[in-house]
Amino acid sequence: MKEYKILDQKDTRSGFAEGLLEAGRENENVVALCADLTPSVRMDLFAKEFPNRFFQTGIAESNMVSIASGLALSGKIPFVGSFAAFSTGRTYDQIRQSVAYSDCNVKIAGSHAGITLGEDGATHQILEDIGLMRMMPNMVVINPCDFNQTKQATLAAARYNGPVYLRYGRPKVPVFIPEDMPFEIGKAITINEGKDVSIFATGHLVWQALEACKLLEAEGISAEIINIHTIKPLDNDAVLSSIKKTGCAVSCEEHMYNGGLGDAVAQLIVRNNPVPMEFVGIDDEFGQSGKPMQLMEHYHLMAEDIVGAAKKVIRRK
Amino acid sequence: MKNIQELQDIATQIRRDVLRMVNSCASGHPGGSLGCADLFTALYFDKMNVEPENFTREGKGEDMFFLSIGHIAPVWYSALARRGFFPVAELSTLRQLGSRLQGHPSYHSHLPGVRAASGSLGQGMSVAIGAALAKKLNGDNNLVYSLHGDGEIEEGQIWEAAMFAGAKGVDNLISIVDNNGVQIDGRAEDVCGVKNLKERFESFGWDVLQCNGNNMKELLDTLEMCKQHTHKGKPVMLIMKTKMGFGVDFMEDNNGWHGKAPNGEQTAQALSQLKETLGDY
Repeated sequence: MKEYKILDQKDTRSGFAEGLLEAGRENENVVALCADLTPSVRMDLFAKEFPNRFFQTGIAESNMVSIASGLALSGKIPFVGSFAAFSTGRTYDQIRQSVAYSDCNVKIAGSHAGITLGEDGATHQILEDIGLMRMMPNMVVINPCDFNQTKQATLAAARYNGPVYLRYGRPKVPVFIPEDMPFEIGKAITINEGKDVSIFATGHLVWQALEACKLLEAEGISAEIINIHTIKPLDNDAVLSSIKKTGCAVSCEEHMYNGGLGDAVAQLIVRNNPVPMEFVGIDDEFGQSGKPMQLMEHYHLMAEDIVGAAKKVIRRK
Repeated sequence: MKNIQELQDIATQIRRDVLRMVNSCASGHPGGSLGCADLFTALYFDKMNVEPENFTREGKGEDMFFLSIGHIAPVWYSALARRGFFPVAELSTLRQLGSRLQGHPSYHSHLPGVRAASGSLGQGMSVAIGAALAKKLNGDNNLVYSLHGDGEIEEGQIWEAAMFAGAKGVDNLISIVDNNGVQIDGRAEDVCGVKNLKERFESFGWDVLQCNGNNMKELLDTLEMCKQHTHKGKPVMLIMKTKMGFGVDFMEDNNGWHGKAPNGEQTAQALSQLKETLGDY
């Protein structure tokens, strides 16, 4: 398989910080709003360099999202930031009416997404946000996999004209995507070519899928690893051409597979070329407190779990 | 400049339009629409700097208006059409399949004059604040207006927005509350203690003015004062006393007409009280 080196260990939220700063330097219409979590969601670099283009709303996420709508319809490119639980769940109605239905060029940044938020527990570990945002007409949903990809995704979101949900996380995870790898919204990246099983992964689970790929290779199984950083619009061609070759699929996400990447891939496959599919993700339950990696193990989101799903789906062919 | 009589005539025609529109689609919200007809006339035909023939969403170099209580769309649509934003004949399409005149205002349907959707209550003040902040960033001294209901201010987001605008000195914003005192379930004070609005908004850092919103002269004078109070460090609030259903005797101050369309007979009776001044659409 193709070799990916661990270049560094960094949090994806820091990739967002650098991307937002660069977007701000690139276009003076980029502005940012935060609801009392500026260092946590990593809007601090932007706020420091562009104090006049940064708006502190206090702990009022609904107000923040709607203010962003007013800024956007006036020609600005606002990023709003909070923990993913609050920037999507708490503000669903505002995003729906004032952003998506109103065709406003607002970028919703969701930090601390998924189970790897860790110790704070289920109130903060949103596992439904991809589904919530995916269901919204007019919304682009991006869940990058490492620091470098998050930086590129943030820049791409700023350059794209329309509402975007950008999901990223808190823990330090391997950086393995080369800094100069092109990023195009809606264009999946084939991380490793294979012929026995297609593994579609998003976010932190892309690295786990790569680890799984090594384990599978040791057992003589050739896995194709596809990084779906954009869940909506889904890269239909990438998914369908891969399953045509391998004849089976596994989806991997740090999210409910109900409503998430698994759901999106399954719908596409069922309509076009039904093949066996397995799902690595959260199965209709809330999270809990714990260390990030403990939780990943507890909820079966590790490389070993992907290996198990891959072997199972191959048997079903 | 139009004189008071001319403005009153426009308001009367707008009231006729509202009644005929909601009657023709047998649904919609006539009560608040009738109560706010004078305000829309005062804003669009006198106080606001708008460019009907050259409408842009970004609104650079002009005043911007946001209707937070989307359900009174009929009065807004009539005012926009009568001011020349789109053909008056299009008023007949309200709530019909494919119409740009959606049941609640929509930017998505690209009706000139409308910049954001509203209907889910409580969001418009925040949206208006965003537009006001953009004007400040752009060095544009024009104003942003938003219109709210007194029932609507039960929504928590209104107070998030009010706190923000007061704290940050969003002083190029004039928010107006239609204080008709009634909402779907009864009198606003009984439903959830809607009272002391002036004191409440003042305590959030607003400059608050009050007037009778169904007296054209008083409304024009107070709106002018509101404009003079802008750019002085505080957001400006106008609490406007109105009567729901104003202009039609059997609808006045009656919350039964919040969201019910009059039937043919009732419409005829209502129209007999309102002179056709500019010609029906």
